[in-house]
Amino acid sequence: MSELVTLLVQATAILGGLGLAVGVMLVVASKKFKVETNPLVDEIVEVLPGANCGACGYAGCADFAERVVNEGAPINGCPVGGFDVAKEIGGILGQEVVEGEEQYPFVRCNGGLNCVDRFDYVGFEDCKAVMMLSDGEKGCNYGCMGRGTCVRACPFGALSIGEDRLPHVNKNLCTSCGLCIASCPNDILVFAKETEKVHVLCMSHDKGKAVKESCTVGCIGCKICEKSCPEEAIKVTNFLAEIDQEKCTACGLCVEKCPQNSISIR
Amino acid sequence: MAEDALFSIFMDGLFINNFLLIQFLGLCSFVGVTKDVKSATGMSGAVVFVMAMASTVSYLLYTYILVPTKMEFLDLISFIVVIAALVQLVEFVVRKQIPSLYRSLGIYLPLITTNCAVLGAVLLNESSGYNFAQSVVFGTSAGLGYTIVMLMMAGIRERSTFVNIPSSIRGLPQAFFIATMLSLAFVNYFWVIPI
Repeated sequence: MSELVTLLVQATAILGGLGLAVGVMLVVASKKFKVETNPLVDEIVEVLPGANCGACGYAGCADFAERVVNEGAPINGCPVGGFDVAKEIGGILGQEVVEGEEQYPFVRCNGGLNCVDRFDYVGFEDCKAVMMLSDGEKGCNYGCMGRGTCVRACPFGALSIGEDRLPHVNKNLCTSCGLCIASCPNDILVFAKETEKVHVLCMSHDKGKAVKESCTVGCIGCKICEKSCPEEAIKVTNFLAEIDQEKCTACGLCVEKCPQNSISIR
Repeated sequence: MAEDALFSIFMDGLFINNFLLIQFLGLCSFVGVTKDVKSATGMSGAVVFVMAMASTVSYLLYTYILVPTKMEFLDLISFIVVIAALVQLVEFVVRKQIPSLYRSLGIYLPLITTNCAVLGAVLLNESSGYNFAQSVVFGTSAGLGYTIVMLMMAGIRERSTFVNIPSSIRGLPQAFFIATMLSLAFVNYFWVIPI
């Protein structure tokens, strides 16, 4: 009996002593490596979407929350969360929020099947890989290659390549995180505000003749739109029409006049 | 070369009995944290530290406290306490010094506590009857062997995102295919052909 008691005492002493030593060490370490956190930061992280997409320009949701609290980053800086999240952050920090305009990725190329191929590409089905082979198979070096790099970049499944070999944005799923825009090797995707109605669906700076040879819907820089616009909102620079969205009234004259149908109104 | 020479033990932990590919220990982080090289490096660093320290501390604990008091049956629980404490320590340090790594490792950092590779190294030390130097060398080399395989896996997985494969095997199944190939190489080089 006494042997059993001795064993019990010994086992308890060893494990207890071990626990004590470990506990003391961890207390010291936790004091030494203490991370100062503002409780507000954790609260903001809670209301953020948590996708860590980086569209706010910071390293992730936690980083964004920290900048908002400590460095005065804009509380509506999260494009994924949008107005709702901004309101919640405003509630935590006691700040008023102004609603920003919604913006979605916009495909600035209408080439797709309208654009001729210079050769048959066989290889990795990825725009970046296609680009590596003499700037891609398309006759136009500025256009969409339709291999869906943006589709795979989207964590929300909002993009798809349509029948026309061009990406299409599903606005119901899109969170405006900007990952697709960052992924496109040709910068075809741009953010467009919902209030911006008229767009030039071409990015080509090639001369008119070269565009006509490769694509049936490309901007040839003919300046008809520039002359037709009553608001002088369109300017052709370097063989490509650009619309000043501040001046544009969406009258649709340029859309009718364009001989290549490369301007669209929505 | 003598079986118990330090270099022989080092090579044993590094390649011949590689924890990930030959003994299949600690596989959750092998698949979980090898999406990119950066987090694989961080994870491997943490594991090397914990394995080396755990081998050292548990050898001292076993030889100088448990054996003299005839309390060998307490080996498992006391080793686990030692490992858990070390992991806790690593977590403090990583969280303070490299917050981005802390976030990318996520659940896998605290899971080193129950990582069978770490406890496996400690228990193998004990059952092989290694002395102090041998234990430390074996623990360190096992950690380094883990690192080598983690980095190979992460490098291959990072590059293979370009490869056009059926969507049904993209992601985790693809990782297992890569693991199979790596394991074949390791088994054939270091197990079938003795060095």
